[in-house]
Amino acid sequence: MQQNFYPAHSDAMLTLPPLWVSQVEAHLASEETILAWLEIDLDTRLRFSRGIVIATNQRLLAKMTGEESWHDWSYQQGLRLTCRDHAGVGNLELFDDHALLAHWCYTLAKDTGANRLITEFTQQLNSQLTGETQIQPVQVKCPTCAAILSSDQETCPICVQEAHIPPSTWTLFRLWRFAKPYKWRLLTGFLLMLGSTAATLVPPYLTMPLMDNVLIPYQNGKPIDVDLVTTYLSGLLAAAFLAWILGWSRTYMLAKVSERIGRDLRTTTYKHLVKLSQEYFGGKRTGDLMARIGAETDCINLFISLHLLDFATDVIMMSMTALILVSINPSLALVTLMPLPIIAWLIHLVRDKLRTGFEKVDRVWAEVNNVLADTIPGIRVVKAFAQEDREVARFRAANQRNLEINDRVNKVWALFTPTVTLLTEVGLLVVWIFGIWQVSQDQISVGVLTAFLAYIGRFYLRLDSMSRIVSVTQKAAAGTKRIFDILDHVSSVPEPIKSIHLPTITGRIELRNVGFRYGTRSVTRDINLVIEPGEMVGLVGHSGSGKSTLINLICRFYDVTEGAILIDGVDIRSLPVAEYRKHIGLVLQEPFLFFGTIAENIAYGKPDATRKEIIAAARAAYAHEFILRLPHGYDSLVGERGQALSGGERQRISIARALLIDPRILILDEATSSVDTKTEKEIQEALDNLVHGRTTIAIAHRLSTLREANRLIVLDRGKVIEVGNHAELMARQGYYYHLYQSQSRNIDTEDHLAELDPKSGSKGDRA
Amino acid sequence: MSQPDYQLSRNAFGRLVFVDKDHQVHEGIVPIRAFPMTAPEQGIALLNVHGHELAWIECLDDLPEAFRILIEAELASREFMPEIKRIDKVSSFVTPSTWWVKTDRGDTTFVLKGEEDIRRLSPAALLITDSHGIHFLIHDRLMLDRHSCKLLDRFL
Repeated sequence: MQQNFYPAHSDAMLTLPPLWVSQVEAHLASEETILAWLEIDLDTRLRFSRGIVIATNQRLLAKMTGEESWHDWSYQQGLRLTCRDHAGVGNLELFDDHALLAHWCYTLAKDTGANRLITEFTQQLNSQLTGETQIQPVQVKCPTCAAILSSDQETCPICVQEAHIPPSTWTLFRLWRFAKPYKWRLLTGFLLMLGSTAATLVPPYLTMPLMDNVLIPYQNGKPIDVDLVTTYLSGLLAAAFLAWILGWSRTYMLAKVSERIGRDLRTTTYKHLVKLSQEYFGGKRTGDLMARIGAETDCINLFISLHLLDFATDVIMMSMTALILVSINPSLALVTLMPLPIIAWLIHLVRDKLRTGFEKVDRVWAEVNNVLADTIPGIRVVKAFAQEDREVARFRAANQRNLEINDRVNKVWALFTPTVTLLTEVGLLVVWIFGIWQVSQDQISVGVLTAFLAYIGRFYLRLDSMSRIVSVTQKAAAGTKRIFDILDHVSSVPEPIKSIHLPTITGRIELRNVGFRYGTRSVTRDINLVIEPGEMVGLVGHSGSGKSTLINLICRFYDVTEGAILIDGVDIRSLPVAEYRKHIGLVLQEPFLFFGTIAENIAYGKPDATRKEIIAAARAAYAHEFILRLPHGYDSLVGERGQALSGGERQRISIARALLIDPRILILDEATSSVDTKTEKEIQEALDNLVHGRTTIAIAHRLSTLREANRLIVLDRGKVIEVGNHAELMARQGYYYHLYQSQSRNIDTEDHLAELDPKSGSKGDRA
Repeated sequence: MSQPDYQLSRNAFGRLVFVDKDHQVHEGIVPIRAFPMTAPEQGIALLNVHGHELAWIECLDDLPEAFRILIEAELASREFMPEIKRIDKVSSFVTPSTWWVKTDRGDTTFVLKGEEDIRRLSPAALLITDSHGIHFLIHDRLMLDRHSCKLLDRFL
């Protein structure tokens, strides 16, 4: 959709909320066109209310729903429109040179609208004051949020993501997507099921002639017809064998399919999960996610292989039984089947209660898991502060809640099964009464009544087990929903619809008006920066100034909220995520080593690397020698977090890892800050090899490590405040100068302490 | 009531102005509650635009009337945590779900992205974060009416 940036009157009118259209139209002067509007959803006392602020080509208009008339401000010298936000509330303020003229509040849902309003207002104001008619660049923009779309994107990824459509309640049917590849096997299984169920229904049918043609005539004095008995009994045996064979093959076939469905489900979920953005993992707890992939898929699996199978068998058996009963004697069949609707109604009644109950149980179970996932990795802290008892209490509380909720569910559940049993007994009684009456009236034979009782016994038995399906179905539905919660989650760093491929890059990075917001907190805003290929740039600033955020944005762990990041002139959002990240080498403050050998860890980003390459990378990272000193050299195992290695050693392995993939862009996120100064020197040497010839972005807490950088970008509270090399910034005596001064004082004392260290060590000997 | 060693006023631009004992002027200062949920009345810091603390107020009541009104007004204009009084309806019991609620600040709707956005502050108090990060408070869920309780219960 090619939309002109400079909207025609009709365009802006079209998007205007319907509530306002007539009012606005009535108030507009002739020749007046709407440039941008912002719907206000709060009044100035922060109560929910409605209003609108409109920028036209002549003035700024505003009105709240409660107000009689419009406020307007014509464009004039000194007018300023700005916005700021805090805790989810945005403030749009209009100033002139002397005072605040007006202000409006809105929730952050409207934030992009506000920014657009301000941009349009400011542009219009400038053009009116200078008399210039601006030539606006024609850009494709998202119609709702005005994010600039790259030429190949048809829909705005941000807006698509924000479509909050709740998933359908028939979640279980969504499992069909996973069952589809096995549909032929499923069909075979189903046919086998039909056959085996039919076979199990033969024996009660044969009791009828056995009774009427053999036993009762015998009681009345006739001898037993041996041939007839043999026929009937062999029929019984054959039916039993057939049922056995068919039942076995059916269960085997369907269990096999369900295992495969379970496998696919698990793999798909995990595959989807690891591809989700960093943001998703930031908001979720590990225990919960692990439970979902592990336990929930297992629950679904069990449901398909066991419960669903049983249920289907039951349904088939019941309908077949009903058919047989009706064919034998319709009136008795009618009486027999009467309790069925009552039971069905009962099942329906309990269904809702149980489903919510089981959802609760699942949630509380995840809570219990979360307590574990929180404390076990942090066990050192727990022990250091002697808080074991507190953690136990926390676990006990979560467990107690689990118990309470289970108790509540069980109360309903416990009542359910006995009620079904009671109804069964009552139903049997009814059949007895009606049957005896019919026999006495010579309407049916004793054999028919026996057959009915034999059938009905099975029938109600199945009803009883069918009622169990209610709970397991709900459980599985809840589990399925939680799995699909993950599968439905669209990555907030979506893959481009039409991607551009950049097999090689030069490493030129450009940040254009980059802004990022985490929840309601705006972390960075309006950052403009160009990093040339091969340049080393240092990011400097207090913690919380947005350095790491900037790096996360460049790595595309998150997507920018405003603006764009371009690599060799291409928006990174139009590159396939994995392909893009291949160009980036990342060395983190906390190097993470996976369980495996050192060689595997170095080759993590390039699994097909040769041993020679691995060694070359390790040499360049100054890791070669210490690796050789380990008992098994490159084949030494390192634990979950590489516990056996020191911080410096782990860091050098992660540097080797980054070196091996030979990225054009290198990102060092506090690569040396968790080690002492001596180790830092070693790492620094390794890093110098790494940095050579690459575009490098480095964050370092110790400013001394950034002296090599071509340029330093000084950030404060999400904004770039100074740019230049060390000498320039020192000469400027600004923010960086003060930062450096205060740090060099600290480093002096640090060195001083290091000198004192041996002494304090000898003092320590007396202990 | 002790007279603080600084001056507070509001300028024409609607900003709070702080003059310290050395007559240094700070414009656009913001008061921040240290414990907005657990102890809102105690511990309020006055920060300058750079986020540095200028003054610490142990308790608002200790301040002169004029200062207290200024700070309270500023706090009120920044604090936005509607308290849910009633849940009229929810679009579905599976998330994301849209909630229609009555709050102490009027009626509104919001989107709950996931059950994990409902945070337990205490056994009875809940904090609900909507899809835009706005916090909604439920002081005591047991005090809600039956209808709201029932709806809420499905998400807990």
